[in-house]
Parts: sequence; C-alpha cells; structure tokens
Amino acid sequence: MRRILGQASAPVQPVPGVARPGRLAAGLRYMRRNISLVVGLLLLVTLALFVGIGHMVVDTSKSRALSVPALRPPSLQYPFGTDRQGRDLLATMVAGTPLTLRIGFIAGLLGVGVGTILGFISAYYRGKLDTFIRGGVDIGLTVPGLLVLIIIAVSLKQSLTVNQMALVVASLAWLNPTRTIRAQVLSLRERGYVEVARLSGMSGPEIILQELMPNLLPYLAATLVNAVSSAILASIGLEVLGLGPVDAPTLGMTLYWVNYNAALINGWWWWWLAPLGIILIVFLGLFFLTVGLDEIANPRLRRAG
Amino acid sequence: MTADVLRVHDLLVYYDTPVGAVTAVNHISFSLKAGERLGLAGESGSGKSTLALSILRLLKPPGRIAAGEVWLDDVNLMTLSAEAMRQVRLAQIALIPQGSMNSLNPVMRIKEQIADALKDHGVRLSKRQVAERVHDLLQWVGLRPEVANMFPHELSGGMKQRACIAIAMSLRPKVIIADEPTSALDVVVQKQVMETLARIQTDLQAAVILVGHDMGLMAQFVDRLGVMYAGQLVEVSPVRDIFTQPLHPYTQMLIASLPSLAQKGTFQGIPGLPPALRALPPGCVFHPRCPHAVERCQTEAPLFREVRPHAWAACHLL
Amino acid sequence: MQLGYVAKRCGVFLLIVWLAATLNFFLPKLSGQDPVREKLLQQAQLGGYVQAGIEAMAKEYEQRFGLDKPLWSQYLAYLHEMSRLRFNYSISHYPRTVSEIIAEAIPWTVGLLGTTTVLSFTIGTLLGALLAWPGAHRSLRFLMPPLWALHAIPFFLCGLILIYLLAFQLQWLPMFGGYTAGAFPALSLAFVGDVLTHAILPALSIILVATGGWALTMRGMMVTTQGEDYVTFAEAKGLRSRTVFLRYCVRNAILPQTTALALALGQILSGAVLVEVIFAYPGIGTVLYHAIRENDHFLIQGIVFLVIVALGLATLLLDVLYPWLDPRITYRRA
Repeated sequence: MRRILGQASAPVQPVPGVARPGRLAAGLRYMRRNISLVVGLLLLVTLALFVGIGHMVVDTSKSRALSVPALRPPSLQYPFGTDRQGRDLLATMVAGTPLTLRIGFIAGLLGVGVGTILGFISAYYRGKLDTFIRGGVDIGLTVPGLLVLIIIAVSLKQSLTVNQMALVVASLAWLNPTRTIRAQVLSLRERGYVEVARLSGMSGPEIILQELMPNLLPYLAATLVNAVSSAILASIGLEVLGLGPVDAPTLGMTLYWVNYNAALINGWWWWWLAPLGIILIVFLGLFFLTVGLDEIANPRLRRAG
Repeated sequence: MTADVLRVHDLLVYYDTPVGAVTAVNHISFSLKAGERLGLAGESGSGKSTLALSILRLLKPPGRIAAGEVWLDDVNLMTLSAEAMRQVRLAQIALIPQGSMNSLNPVMRIKEQIADALKDHGVRLSKRQVAERVHDLLQWVGLRPEVANMFPHELSGGMKQRACIAIAMSLRPKVIIADEPTSALDVVVQKQVMETLARIQTDLQAAVILVGHDMGLMAQFVDRLGVMYAGQLVEVSPVRDIFTQPLHPYTQMLIASLPSLAQKGTFQGIPGLPPALRALPPGCVFHPRCPHAVERCQTEAPLFREVRPHAWAACHLL
Repeated sequence: MQLGYVAKRCGVFLLIVWLAATLNFFLPKLSGQDPVREKLLQQAQLGGYVQAGIEAMAKEYEQRFGLDKPLWSQYLAYLHEMSRLRFNYSISHYPRTVSEIIAEAIPWTVGLLGTTTVLSFTIGTLLGALLAWPGAHRSLRFLMPPLWALHAIPFFLCGLILIYLLAFQLQWLPMFGGYTAGAFPALSLAFVGDVLTHAILPALSIILVATGGWALTMRGMMVTTQGEDYVTFAEAKGLRSRTVFLRYCVRNAILPQTTALALALGQILSGAVLVEVIFAYPGIGTVLYHAIRENDHFLIQGIVFLVIVALGLATLLLDVLYPWLDPRITYRRA
C-alpha cells in the first residue's frame, strides 16, 4: 500500500513575495468579508450596553405601574416618556429587555439542546427511529406554532411567570432545530472521515462527539441564534395576545398595553416607539448574527474554485 | 497534410483565491487536425478539465482566462462576442460532459433537451421534423426511441451519457471535447460508450479531444496523446510512442507504473506528490520528483519543443 | 399507483386533525378548569346578575359532552362533535355559536392571507430569480438591502411602523378596522372601496416583509442551481441566456421554493394573526384576541382546531400537486 502512494514529499517551498498575514490583519480582513457578523454583534452589544448601563443608572423599580405620573411625553426627566399606568418607559425598557431575551435564550437553548440530541440520533442511527422522529417533526411543523402555544398557555391555570413562558415556548422550539440539524448530520455522515472512523472501530456516540460535533459547531451556533429569535418572536406573540406574564415589563407586554389602551389612536407615540425600536434592534441583530454565523458554517468562498 | 482545425496557443488560466492567483493552465499550446483524436491525460488537479472549459469559454469566476488564443480554423475564439461564442458552442465545438455528473436537466424530457439546442441555434423545423431528428439521433447512439419521452432519472448511467453524446452530435460539430466521458461508469458500459463515441466521430469526421486519466482507454482510442502535469503540457506524441518510447521523465514513470497483464511484479508509484498549484516550484515543475533532475532543472523552466518529428516535450535532458 | 401516495398524504392529514382535536381536549382538562362554571362565577361576582342563558348552556354542554361520564366516553363524544364541526356556543358571545362567529370572521382572514401570500410569493420568487441572474438589470441590486432588513422583522412590527408613518403622520390610510365604523356592509362599490382602503396597510405589512423572505430564499436556490452540472452543460449546448435562466435554473429552483412555501404556511398564519390584532382587522386574529381576553375557551378551541385543519388541507393540497412539478417524485410510493 505504501509503495503505490509513495513516500511523503519534500516540504513545499513558500512562494517568495507572499508574506504570511498577521493574525490581527487576517481577523480584520475576515470581518470585512463577513460584514453581517460584525453588524449583528454590534447591534447586540449595543443592546447589552443599554441594558447594562441602564441597570446602573436607571431606577428599575419605576417600571412598575403607578410609579410616576402617567402619559408624559419624552422629556429630560423621563427620556422615554411614561405610559398610562404610570410606568417610566425607560425603566420599563431597561428592566424588560433582559426578561424578553431571557425567555428567548432559555427556550432557544432548550430547543436546540433537544433538537441536537434528536437530530443526531435520527440522522445517525436511521431506521424506524428516524422515520418516527422525522414524521413527528414534519407534522409538528405543519401546525402553526403560535396557536398551539395559545392553547397551552390558555390551559394553564394561572398567569404565567417569565420562566414558565420560556418553558411553554420551549415546548415547540425543538422542532425546527431537529429538522435542520438532522439534515446537516445526514450530509456529514456520508463523508469519508466518518466511514474511516466507523471502520477503525469507533462507537456511535464516540463518532458523534469526536468527529461530527466539532464540524457542526458553527452550524449549531447559527441554529441557536435562529431558535432564540423564533422563541422571542413566539413569546412576544403570546404576550401581545394577552397570555404573557401580566406583571412583568417585558417588551411584548408593553405592546399588549399599547394595544389595550389604543395608544396608536390616542397619539401617545412614545409609548410604542420605545419597545418597537428595541424589538427592531433585537431582531435585526439576531438576523445579521445568523447570517454571519451561516457564512462561517458554509463559507461560499471555500466552495468556489 | 490535413489542416489544423483547432489550435491552442499559449493559454494561461488563473483561479483567483484569497491567497492569490493560482495557475491552473500554465502556457499550454497544442494543435488538433481535422478528424484527429487527441488525448489529454493527467492526474486530478493537473488542469485538464479547466483547459477543456476554457476552450469553450465556459469558465466561471474565480477562474479567468488571462492570456492566450484558441484558433478554430481561422477564428480566434477569445476575441468573439458572447453571442458569437454561444453560436460556436455545440454547432462547431461540442462538449461531452463527465460521466459522473448529472448533466441532464432533471425536469425536462430527453427529447426536449435535444430540441431546445436545435431551436436556440436557429434550426427551424416543424414539430414532426424535430421528432424525426430526435429519433434519428437516439438511434445513432444506440438508444431506443422510447427514451425520447423519458426523464433523465429513468435512464441508467450509460444511457444518460449516450443521450449527452446524441445532444453533442446534433449539429454536426467539427470538434468534440469529451471530458472524462466514462468516469463512474462500469467497464462494460464504458466500452459501449466509447464505441458509440468512436463510431459517431468517424461518421462525422470530427476531431476529438479526449480528456481523462485512464491510460488504457487512451491507448485504445486516441491517435496522439498529451500528458499534463501541474497545469502544463510536458509531452505530446503519437500514442504508440508514448507507451513504447516515452520522452519526458514524468511520462516514463507514468508508463512504468501501469500494471501489465503479461507479468506480475510490484506496483511502482511516482514518489512524492504533485505540487500545490499556488506554490509551484521554480524551474521545471517536475524537478522535485524527477530522478534525473540536474541543477539546471531547478532554476530554468524547459521549453516545450519538438524533440523528434511529431514528438513534443519540455525537458532539459532531451 | 396514484392512490398510494395520495392515500399516505391524506393519512397524515387525518393524523394532524386527530392530534389537534386530542390536544384541544386534553390540555384544558389537565389544568382542571371548567370554563362554563368559571363564567358563571364571574358573572355572579359582577353583581349577582346571572345571564339566564348560561345555565341552560351549561346544562346542554354537560349533556352533549357528558361531563359526568368516564373520560374515554367524553373523549369519543368530543371527537364525534368535532368531526361534525359542532363547536358549541361561544361563552363570551352567548347565544351565538362558535361556528357562527368563526364563519363571519373567516372571509376577512382568507381574503387578507390569501392575497398577501400569493402576491408576496409570486413577486418575491420572481425578484429572487432576477437577483441571481447576471443578465438582469443592475438597478435591481439596490432592492437587496431593504428587502433583507425588512424580512428580518415580524409582520406586526412592520404594521406598527406603517400605521405610524402612513396612517398617523400622513393620514393617507385608515388606522384600523375592516371598514369604516358604522358603515353598513353592502355590495356597493363604495363599500368595496372602503374595505380595500382598510385592507391596504395590513396587507402591506405582510407583503413587504414576506416578499423579502421569498426573494432571498429564491435567490439562494438559484445560486445553488446555477452551480449544477446541468446548467454548465446547458451553456455548453450554446443555449440562449434566457432559455438557461428560465428552463434550467428557475424551473429547478422553484421546487425547493414551493416546499418552503408549504412549510412556511403555519408561520405566515401566526404572523397574520398578530397583524390582525394590531389593526383590529375583523378576521380570525381579532376574534381570537377577544376570546382570550374573555377566557372563551370554546371559541379559542374552535378557532385553533379549524385553523389547524385548514392548514393541514392546504399542505395536503400542495403535497399532492408537488409531483406535477417534480417528475422525480412519482405518485408511486417512493
């Protein structure tokens, strides 16, 4: 065998004139190519700063009802204005944003966690298990998630807390990740190095952890960000419909009160502008981050040539 | 002396990568006579397919043709407009794609895929005449008439290749470029496909460039054989001479590595690996692996010249 | 031969319907709520006045759904009622039945959702295809960034922005409702015009966002398709640029695009529901919103069940039509 393949060759001489780029320069060049990643990170970091600095500077207890005079437009005292129930909107945003994000993260993490396990099992072991899982996921995805969540939320006795919201949203959050991760593992499974690993006696779980996982990490990251985004959307949806944690100042609940009090018609524009803006930043940030991570997972440049 | 139907002169093709330009086709020149069969053999990555695509100007970014001329009769294809080049494709130079590729549109029937080529080349025929033409073409390549109504996924690998040959022949081209037409086909089907190709080529009196790496196939099919290495042509000779009196050291080692049915022995490979195209060695590209290399080979690239009548090679030692 | 495939798909559809009904049945039971009794309690708390009808409704409910009988018998009775689409009375709108209320709201939702989905899918797909084609007009590229940014946000967010800009500030269009309050629904041109004016903003919220999504996915499919071997061979055949674009690229890229449509229907509907709530558009969404406010379990269940059935039907339809598009999928069992 060795004779046909030949011995290892002499090291390839470096081409004169092409210097090895420094790590920093390479990093910056990559950032220029992957603008999405940068924009996404920038938006999310800005949000994090807003929340972080906000918590230190703003009195978040003012996010509770009846803390301040109602319906004041933005001023120096109340930079975001106040709402009809007497909440300082700046405090509400500072206190509520991390709550909404928390729901998204918990649900997203749970969803991707379960989805990864199911996706790997399904794609790696195939057979009846695969048919069962895939069938379940396909059916689950046909059904409009928000409606099922509504039924679940309505069926639960009391008004939900923030963590309970997260669990409710998580109950459906694993469907999409299972599907996408399964597809990825399926394609990877056929690659040469998996065959080699299998032939050299590695067990299934070993192969999954040592060979498949590392190659999937960027893809998993993109799926996670996607799941978080969907979870936040679902939670805001539930809250706008009135099924959210009534006492919590989450972004969705603020919108619920906006709608309940017909703030649009009454011209209290600052009331919904604040949550709108923040939600915009959240979704745009997560979106650009997803695209950026996708680019790392599936670099188009590598495929060309 | 038959005239040259195709002449490639000093073709230079780059692939632009983030680390710089990679030379895929490195100043290649050769000529092809009418009705002649030329083989282009080389390992994976030697630039054969890039060369084939470049002749047809089908190369997509990041590949680009940097210099060189391709003369079809007395027209330089590199100077033609996009529309003029489009007319040349299939009508004058036809491509038979690799056997392992899915070169047929999965949602169109075979007859439609033959007919649309005719239509876009301005062939005006009634529906019945088109059907007749399709029928004749399929018969020519040995396919049953029912194939016309089938979709590609209903055909076997060999049948699909023959359908591609039928399409390639439909406008009676002067030159046929067959890019590894039998890769991924089993031996029996390979023979069928090559026989079909040979028969058609003789009927049409077209010139053929057969690109591949199967030396046995080359030996049976071509008149002249060109050997490519790292984007360059290192030798072009009549096929018998390549096998019996190879000139270039790479060709020699290549021939020596072929197993023979006559006697048993140990396999002999060529030690080393082909160079990375973005970091070609200075001087002769083959010198790191050449057993006969001298000092001159490390600094000066040898010229590709006629060493014997009809035998061209690029080596300092000849 | 055709029946096998269709039968399988119908089977899946029935499974979905059954699952939806079962979910609807068991989940409320889990929490031990009795919506009728609760409504009674609520009414009693409000000041002693108990709507006479509620007692009658409670009796009929008990009778029909057999609340005193064992669980499995209740379940069967429930399935029986569901299959006849008899959803019981609406608690909040008694004496109207759930079916009546839904029937009133459905045309609005179907109209809004139907037109916007068709429009955004068609325009988006066309746009996406053109964006991927080097021969297309250069100026189209400028549409990319706004489409990109837009499609990342939820429908209702776009709706809010549109309301503020076009309805509140510029006052070009009405802010909410299906038609001007107090107008009498009639088949006159004026009324139709009124309806259309009110439909523009909700429709736009969905179209602006969804078109971007479809365009981007189509563009992605086109890029993948353009890298396929049969496109290279098509060009080697010397086909005209337009032929390659339409019959080789678009024709193939449209397949996964259609699959994506089938998968996205649920999401589109969820988004549309929220849009209706924001605009107080008299479709299913607003009815659902009020039902949730009033804790009208029957109405909620009825809506959710019906929507799931409708979506299941739509997906079934698309599934059955798919082999017509892709000859590789035959009606025979794959």
